[in-house]
Amino acid sequence: MKTQNQRAWLFVLPVLFLVAFNALIPMMTVVNYSVQETFGDNLFFWEGLRWFEEVLRSERFHNALGRQFFFTFMILIIEVPLGVAIALAMPRKGPWVPVCLVLMALPMLIPWNVVGAMWNIFTLPDIGLLGYFLNHVVGISYDMTQDPVAAWVTIIVMDVWHWTSLVVLLAYAGLVSIPNAYYQAAEIDGASNWAVFRFIQLPKMKTVLTIAVLLRFMDSFNIYTEPFVLTGGGPGNSTTLLSIDLVKIALGQFDLGPAAAMSLIYFAITLFASWLFYTVMTKDDNKA
Amino acid sequence: MRMRSLVPILYILFLMLPIYWLVAMSFKTTNEILSGFSLFPQTWTFDNYIEIFTDPTWYWGYINSIIYVTLNTVISVTVALPAAYAFSRYSFVGDKHLFFWLLTNRMAPAAVFALPFFQLYSAVGLFDTHLAVALAHCLFNIPLAVWILEGFMSGVPKELDETAYVDGYSFPRFFMTIFLPAIKSGVGVAAFFCFMFSWVEMLLSKTLTAVEAKPIAAVMTRTASSAGYELGLLAAAGTLTIIPGAIVIYFVRNYIAKGFALGRV
Repeated sequence: MKTQNQRAWLFVLPVLFLVAFNALIPMMTVVNYSVQETFGDNLFFWEGLRWFEEVLRSERFHNALGRQFFFTFMILIIEVPLGVAIALAMPRKGPWVPVCLVLMALPMLIPWNVVGAMWNIFTLPDIGLLGYFLNHVVGISYDMTQDPVAAWVTIIVMDVWHWTSLVVLLAYAGLVSIPNAYYQAAEIDGASNWAVFRFIQLPKMKTVLTIAVLLRFMDSFNIYTEPFVLTGGGPGNSTTLLSIDLVKIALGQFDLGPAAAMSLIYFAITLFASWLFYTVMTKDDNKA
Repeated sequence: MRMRSLVPILYILFLMLPIYWLVAMSFKTTNEILSGFSLFPQTWTFDNYIEIFTDPTWYWGYINSIIYVTLNTVISVTVALPAAYAFSRYSFVGDKHLFFWLLTNRMAPAAVFALPFFQLYSAVGLFDTHLAVALAHCLFNIPLAVWILEGFMSGVPKELDETAYVDGYSFPRFFMTIFLPAIKSGVGVAAFFCFMFSWVEMLLSKTLTAVEAKPIAAVMTRTASSAGYELGLLAAAGTLTIIPGAIVIYFVRNYIAKGFALGRV
């Protein structure tokens, strides 16, 4: 039981102030732009919902959104099972565990633009390790800057490289919290490996896996820096994800109205999808 | 069993390959990089690193990044501590809504905020200062720190607070001398994640700075475009950005699993 205490608001006030400063003011700016037209010189004209209609009807937005959903979908179906599989294969204790965890966490601590630059160097056709290997040892012609399929495979592999460890660490933390008695009981019952996974390990990992799926969804849906540095959205527009397109419109073309409307639609989709994931994944908890 | 331990080994190998390549490139001469493929540097050179450590534009990039990351970590954890305490100990009007609202800020795409942030921090006269970047990163780091700390604090039994009050401790004294030491691993984990997300974020830190507080990321892109494509130099700069993260992660290696075990990131 928590104590009723309205003065607790005082404790929350600094946080409230700082986050509100950073969240509400920029958000109001975006809302402001989204309903107006500007011709520079701080002249603004009321436009109502025109930009929203325009964005929602534009083919460019549909394409970027489609690419974004495809990217996020691929990331989730690759990273989550792979991360769980690696966590299951990890030893539970021993001197190597901290070493493994540190090495696995390393990609997450590299600045995002460096991740992009690193993969660029890694995949250069004649200079990069992977590019050279694929072109000259395996013998398939691989050039990310020319071939959209190669570009897609590369940004997905890069994200798998970058973020699968998050799923591994979360799943692993869920696994080590399972008491040994559970496994002993399963052994006495003669449970198969699959049964142990399905009825002991998976339910115990559920909370952390919910968080893993949510975080991977949010972060892959909002991804900008890594694919931008690696492919610049190309070749053509083939890897122009939603954030890349948004920055192009806002800072490249300075079309503030449409960019603002797009931002709000974008944010709404992220919020709604996160809420949906959360509700679906915790549905059974509420029933029980 | 043998086969099983092969999986993490192969995975770590996959993780290390691009990093190895970056490090290997940083020790090669430009001639060697352009003349053809070599698995190891044929002629080792430290020129790339020497250039970075002698050119103020380069090394100030690192110093700037470290300054705003440290500033952000200190601010985030300091203001998150009382808030997390309030969320874990008290119920008050609107507490659940407030908690959820804080977390939604973690979902906002940084690209959405880039331009309004630029205008906001220009308007308050903080553009191109370390404080601007540190404050901007609070947007996603404070909710994160509150979330992590609340988890650790909820693990501390309430009896600890009550006993202290019975013994005549004032709240500030209790918080500093009893409560804080009890959750110090939580503070470590929260600080680690704040450091991590502030260190890796590049879009906002680049947007909010020009000269005085230019982060290493901006130096890297500008140098790459202005002086042709100097891969060796770029690789050396990239290698150096891995080091602070590696040091920090080494210090918290025993807490990482625990921090994640609470199910909070």
